[in-house]
Amino acid sequence: MTGPPREPAARRTAAARIPWRVARLAEVRDETPSARTLVLDVPQWPGHLAGQRVDVRLTAEDGYTARRSYSLAAPTDGARVVLTVQRVADGEVSPYLTQVFAVGDPVEIRGPIGGWFVWRPQDREPVLLVAGGSGIVPLMAMVRARVAAASRAPFRLAYSVRTPGDTYYSEELRHRSRADAGLDVTRIYTRATPPDWPVPPRRLGLAELSTVAWPAEFAPTCYVCGPNSFVESVADMLVALGHDPARVRTERFGPSGR
Amino acid sequence: MGIVSPGFHGRRRSARPHLPPGQYLEKGFPVLSAGPTPRVTRDQWEFVITNEVGRRYRWTWQEFLALPGETPTVDIHCVTQWSKLDTVWQGVSLDVLLADVETSADFAVAYSYGGYTTNLPLDDLLDGRAWVVHRFDGNELDPEHGGPARLLVPHLYFWKSAKWVRGIRLLSEDEPGFWEAAGYHERGDPWLEQRYRGD
Repeated sequence: MTGPPREPAARRTAAARIPWRVARLAEVRDETPSARTLVLDVPQWPGHLAGQRVDVRLTAEDGYTARRSYSLAAPTDGARVVLTVQRVADGEVSPYLTQVFAVGDPVEIRGPIGGWFVWRPQDREPVLLVAGGSGIVPLMAMVRARVAAASRAPFRLAYSVRTPGDTYYSEELRHRSRADAGLDVTRIYTRATPPDWPVPPRRLGLAELSTVAWPAEFAPTCYVCGPNSFVESVADMLVALGHDPARVRTERFGPSGR
Repeated sequence: MGIVSPGFHGRRRSARPHLPPGQYLEKGFPVLSAGPTPRVTRDQWEFVITNEVGRRYRWTWQEFLALPGETPTVDIHCVTQWSKLDTVWQGVSLDVLLADVETSADFAVAYSYGGYTTNLPLDDLLDGRAWVVHRFDGNELDPEHGGPARLLVPHLYFWKSAKWVRGIRLLSEDEPGFWEAAGYHERGDPWLEQRYRGD
């Protein structure tokens, strides 16, 4: 290095800070025994893109706070903001949000956050969505945004869950896979299948993914969301199938397996 | 203090560690990456520093390993709100890598195999505060965590610690990296809670 120590770089023009807003719980829907959809009313909500998330902040009476990030489950719709929260057994925030938080209660949220794992209604290329478990949430926002925007972009969704009872949005997906022209839904069960399911429980492997996914030469945008080990495996397979890594967008949660 | 959430008590710990605002303690090691994990072999690996007039300073894997090493034990803070304490790494200080680099640049962009970028003021890479690390917890750095080698800048949010780092470009003008262009803060000091643009 040459020259004297430098002053820290000056901040450039300050952008507007994303504020914390007070949201009120308007409605709940239980998706599974351990996952609950929260419909929030957030006055002055600025709107968001499918795939984005929010930070949620809880404050106890003595001022103690805890916060976590959650994906938005539905496209922008005025002051309505929809999250689906999976209860983590030893969690600090998710047990409150799924078991204690009641209609009419306030909570603070900040967002929208994230500008990469997003689908925009003007995007026209084919889309592949691959969800593992609760990773369906931001992908469901994309499926719903496609309908809301009357988009004709062809979508394929592969949704892997342990058992039928772990499926989020089960009825809606059943309905949409018939009603939404241009949306194909494939389900994968890894531990137990519904009765009369044509194949035994199995993990999403290369052969099946190559059938479900658009051919690489269609240059789809691929969105993969789920636990880290699932995302790692699917993203590697997509690259092996010839998809451009730059078109494979991932969102992961949880620790590495090692 | 924000509005009170009725019935929320939180899980206090008797000896709460000193964490930056809004962070919680994580025992595992979560993985966050925007795309597939690049697979880079060590015999193809290189690390290149390019100064603001285009001069390149390059190290192969063997040359990099031959540099004087350090074993920093540091706390890391992810913008998604987890912190992990006393993580043990092994690598080479940026002070060593930059020692013979001629520059009067104020800014740096780290770039990675796979296309990731992140920008930092050059000062944040100096004075024993930044490393290129190739081992974690005594083992070779796993590809999911950025192996063969990643940047480690623990005093900033962890997205600045670019995984699969391939080089650093030194610049006279600041240039936003991947997350910085997507709405994250340009500096990312966890103690000032600089998470998103405008914080």
